[in-house]
Amino acid sequence: MIKKVILALVVLALGAGIGLFVYKSEPRLNKNYEAESAFFKNHPFRLGLDLSGGSHLVYDADVSAVPAGEVNDSMSALRDVIERRINLFGVSEPVVQVQHSSVVSGAGEQLIVDLPGVTDVKKAIEMIGQTPSLEFKTEAPEGTPIKVKANPDGTVDLGSLNLTEPQYMSTGLTGRYLKRATLEFDPTTRVPMVSLQFNDEGTKLFAQITKENIGKTVAIYLDGAAISTPNVQEEIPDGQAVISGNFTPEEAKTLVGRLNSGALPVPITLLSTQTIGATLGDSAVRAGVKAAIIGFFFVVLFLVLWYRLPGLVASVALLIFISIILALFKLLPVTLTAAGIAGFIISIGIAVDANVLIFERIKEEMRSGKSIAEATQVGFSRAWFSIRDSNISNFITAVILFWFGTSLIKGFALTLGMGVLVSLFSAITITRIFLRTLSFMGEGKVARFLFTSGIHSGVGKSPQ
Amino acid sequence: MFITRHKKIFIGLSITLVVLSCISLFVFGLRVGIDFKGGALDQVVYKDARPAQAGLQASLEELNFGSVLLQPTGDLGYIVKTRHLTDAEHAELLAVLSQGKTDSLTEQSFNSIGPAVGRELTRKAILAVILISIAIICFIAFAFRKVSEPVSSWKYGLIAIVTLFHDVVIPVGLFVLLSHFYGAELDSLFVVAILTILGLSVSDTIVIFDRIRENLHHQTSAKINFSEIVGKSLEQSFVRSIGTSLTVILVLLALFFFGPVTTKYFALMLTAGMFFGTYSSIFLASPLLVLIGERQSRKK
Repeated sequence: MIKKVILALVVLALGAGIGLFVYKSEPRLNKNYEAESAFFKNHPFRLGLDLSGGSHLVYDADVSAVPAGEVNDSMSALRDVIERRINLFGVSEPVVQVQHSSVVSGAGEQLIVDLPGVTDVKKAIEMIGQTPSLEFKTEAPEGTPIKVKANPDGTVDLGSLNLTEPQYMSTGLTGRYLKRATLEFDPTTRVPMVSLQFNDEGTKLFAQITKENIGKTVAIYLDGAAISTPNVQEEIPDGQAVISGNFTPEEAKTLVGRLNSGALPVPITLLSTQTIGATLGDSAVRAGVKAAIIGFFFVVLFLVLWYRLPGLVASVALLIFISIILALFKLLPVTLTAAGIAGFIISIGIAVDANVLIFERIKEEMRSGKSIAEATQVGFSRAWFSIRDSNISNFITAVILFWFGTSLIKGFALTLGMGVLVSLFSAITITRIFLRTLSFMGEGKVARFLFTSGIHSGVGKSPQ
Repeated sequence: MFITRHKKIFIGLSITLVVLSCISLFVFGLRVGIDFKGGALDQVVYKDARPAQAGLQASLEELNFGSVLLQPTGDLGYIVKTRHLTDAEHAELLAVLSQGKTDSLTEQSFNSIGPAVGRELTRKAILAVILISIAIICFIAFAFRKVSEPVSSWKYGLIAIVTLFHDVVIPVGLFVLLSHFYGAELDSLFVVAILTILGLSVSDTIVIFDRIRENLHHQTSAKINFSEIVGKSLEQSFVRSIGTSLTVILVLLALFFFGPVTTKYFALMLTAGMFFGTYSSIFLASPLLVLIGERQSRKK
């Protein structure tokens, strides 16, 4: 008996511990969140794009020019390039996935990009499509008209007029001819530099440019702005150039990364975009949480009114079930979407189902004259087959949906599937441990009252 | 048991509901959302006041995006539906909506789904429905492999499948009405709802059939009154059936009334599915089973 009580207390303590973890690691609940250790801070709920706001982009990759055997390689190269580009812009937790063509998805090779927090879809698309534009320009001959910007009201913007710097014109030598860029440090001054190596074509172009411009300056433009305007001393035939702008080591590193990420290995076109504003997602989260709490409250009310003591036990078990699920959401982590929250809420209902099956069986066994302890024992073993069978079909659905679905459907399938599995566990272990502990209450009238429900199915048929 | 006695009434009621659902499906049809057919949906909210619908509609028509649907939403918002838009076209649309930046607005969501993605999702959805149906039929066959007397096991399976059909068709009929009167659209959540109903409904039927199987197994007397056993099994399990579906329906209703807007119709569909799933396992599956049992014994 004491063993049973200790076991029940251990389960309770574990459940409370898991609940505490969920509470502590949630900034919305925990007022002292800032003071918590890193462990708690590292496990927030991961919200999907529809809840946190963000952009979901689907690109079609044109692999028709790629030999069949190399499609996978070039797709992962594409993913790496895009990932690098996104990382440079500091998006937190971007997801870049390749979706290969198959019987299921049908369509060609696709690249799926999720950008949490980026709601400016135009910026996002530019971010991904953008190759850093590196361009070498030479001094324009004297007499070239000076370009000035016009103000919106039609007057000349004198601020844009720059008479001291020479004018530059394009040479056709761009980042396209770049073989690779490397980060170097000046051996004497330790100043970071970016060293460029052109490919064959670029080398020829560069040699020609340097030959024709000895004594003049050549401007190196990055993304439309001149970052370095070195003087050409002599012809450079080997295709090597060094940009020594006033870089910090970090900037130089970033630039090297961007230059190397360069052109995409395969051309891509945007197939679809989805953007959800942060406010819309926020209200969805609030509504989802509210629905979950109210749903849980309804269920507890029903369980306690209908099943009395076992109902209360089931409510505690349900609370532990919810703590486990939420902790798993945080630890795995599971990306929660509105559909995912729906799956979780449904799984609360399903978790109760197993308990109801057990309690009905226990009541039945009690009506056939068994003691509470016996009835609990037999009720559990008889209900198990029904619980198993009724959960298998839900689990099948969840697995197939997960296997097939888009991110929206996957979120639902995952939370539902996890809910089914954890509910099986919670019904056959947690509820059982608690109920067995309660058998100390004996066989008095009060105990029997607490273990039966208000409405007897088949009134008068019980042999008591 | 009155359910098995009045089985023809309940079977008739179910047939009527199914037929009505099918008719409404063919008469009204389903509105297919941009998930499946491709297209763009832009939701904007104006800061102070939204421009008049007629005027805005006229200026949207000038964009030549084909048919443009403009729906007011909330007090200050509009939802614009068009064909799939490129990035540049999206910018044009926003420019028109903000009327050359004179009306300040925020874009709450923008979805533009290319036709290829829509086709892909359609294919996936169809495959998922087929696969899940096959998996569930296999599961039913497996679950009833041991029952054979007096009704053979494949007939249990068949009835479970008929019940499934019933449980799916009626919520679909309901959705057709929602689609017709409230503009609900067939999207991927709709497909998920259908598939979840499949799972929830079959589990309920199986629990009751499980009981029948158990009671048949314990039957000691040589002469088996099949109808009585089914009635007894129903009596034993209908409180449980109602109890469990009530809890699921309770949480679903919470989701419908208080949950996110995106999952409202989803919750309603599931509520209907859960309700009819429970209804059908008590008032349709078991009466059908008795009907088949009686036919068989008459033939002998």
